Amino acid sequence: MRPTDLTLKGALDALNAGETTSVALTEAFLEAIARLNPRLNAFVTVTAEKALEAAKASDARRAAGQAGPLEGAPIAIKDLFCTAGVQTTAGSRILGGFVPPYESTVTANLLRDGAVFLGKVNMDEFAMGSSNTTSASGPVENPWSRANNPDTRLVPGGSSGGSAAAVAARLALGATATDTGGSIRQPAAFCGIAGIKPTYGRCSRFGIVAFASSLDQAGPVARTVEDCAILLKSMAGFDPKDATSADVPVPDFAAACGRSVKGLRIGVPKEYRLDGLAPEIGALWEQGLQWLRDQGAETVEISLPHTKYALPTYYIVAPAEASSNLARYDGVRFGLRKTEASSDLRDLYERTRAAGFGQEVRRRIMIGTYVLSAGYYDAYYLKAQKVRALIRRDFEQAWGKVDAIVTPATPTAAFGMDERQDDPVTMYLNDVFTVTANLAGLPGLAVPAGLDPQGLPLGLQVIGKPFDEETCFSVGAALERAANFTALPGIRA
Amino acid sequence: MSLDAATVRRIASLARIRLEEEEVGRMQAELNGILGWIEQLQEVDTEGVEPMAGGAPAGQPAMRMREDEVTDGSIADAVLANAPDRANDYFAVPKVVE
Repeated sequence: MRPTDLTLKGALDALNAGETTSVALTEAFLEAIARLNPRLNAFVTVTAEKALEAAKASDARRAAGQAGPLEGAPIAIKDLFCTAGVQTTAGSRILGGFVPPYESTVTANLLRDGAVFLGKVNMDEFAMGSSNTTSASGPVENPWSRANNPDTRLVPGGSSGGSAAAVAARLALGATATDTGGSIRQPAAFCGIAGIKPTYGRCSRFGIVAFASSLDQAGPVARTVEDCAILLKSMAGFDPKDATSADVPVPDFAAACGRSVKGLRIGVPKEYRLDGLAPEIGALWEQGLQWLRDQGAETVEISLPHTKYALPTYYIVAPAEASSNLARYDGVRFGLRKTEASSDLRDLYERTRAAGFGQEVRRRIMIGTYVLSAGYYDAYYLKAQKVRALIRRDFEQAWGKVDAIVTPATPTAAFGMDERQDDPVTMYLNDVFTVTANLAGLPGLAVPAGLDPQGLPLGLQVIGKPFDEETCFSVGAALERAANFTALPGIRA
Repeated sequence: MSLDAATVRRIASLARIRLEEEEVGRMQAELNGILGWIEQLQEVDTEGVEPMAGGAPAGQPAMRMREDEVTDGSIADAVLANAPDRANDYFAVPKVVE
């Protein structure tokens, strides 16, 4: 088997058995990146030399009997995670040239466990987008294409489009990603891989460039559910540097992947049966539920009555938090500065922010500024916080009846790079199935489950109780086993 | 409720984003499209509902206080390493006071 075809688990087993080395794996992935990245644009920074040095050091640790749980595994890091000494741009011109002097907690945890970083992967600017077309480094291409129209270049989804495309094209064994409204699960589904947004507070947000702090969570994308479990175990954990980090034990997520779903009650929210839902999405959903029934689970219809208000709530809360978080980009302390000879300080701020932020980011800062402004705060922001409380309550009531909830991951398969770019609201609808988990703080796992009539991957989502990622992994692995998803993208190493 | 051009200019000013005159119309149309869509929240009955602050799931504390103690410092060069302009150990900006 070629090294780039290995799963993370397979690579770790091969390393443990002495059948390969971290240097050999790293060289294979770097070669694949050099060959395919000019087309896919998944990586924005390739740290080849550093990666090879890290791989050598990893092989030495292994030889000395000091192998960590991820020892020697080459992975990719979303360019939203601060990496000490390596440029971190968040996909924005305003952070061009920014080299963090410190390491994010999640990436520090991965390094502690022996992972090797191949480089930084592309994303929508400040993680705002569902198509990875808003990056200052240009769009990412989905390695999959339509059977009847292979020349139409498709989006990988977003915002973690670089992470998902890199993993699907076998340019890395796995990748870090982040999810504020669906940014792990939607690109995972579009690229035919797995990804989990854990419970809010499970992974530290320290050192992750902030978008909407009450919604942002880090998580992994990888080619199998078990690989996601292995990565999340290393990424997660209490961190005193993040006041919202949860001080709870991190279980053995990989063990949960092998657990039977027999006797589990699986919720099927009736409000997710949207008018006009694509028939192939509805059919896949029903198929997924049947697979779980076949393995002994019981499916139960439930009601989450405030579902239809989740996206409008999100598009008040997220821009409001973004407008506050992004106030720090002022051209004074780091990143871009834009001035004219006659500029005063205010003009410096305004020119820097106009030149540094892209269109979607400017739009969201404007919305956020408006809904927080005097006279409108109660009507918009406070109202949204109350509806958010009702959305969270809907789930609380559901947990009395079910152990997990299964829904489609996305309303459609991947779309073309030129499609859906005209109207912001049309783009926002991509997150209709994923955004509720962010609002309620719950874990959500996307798993590839089938193909649409054009041969594009479609995913299902498993939503779990707070801090019960284990049940998400059990149900996700059961779906994965039944789906036996073996289709491959056209562009791959 | 729909934003007029003057309000769009005021928001841009509050957000410290320079907006050229020819950009106002397009921004106005986009913001009104989004605001018109989120208007549907007004139909939800939220009488007596406590607003949710923070992102923690039900039953979890939203925030934790840490000990009030100094945990780092004396790293001026690291802090200033990315500054677009500096003067000694300070960030430099255009003259503010004549």
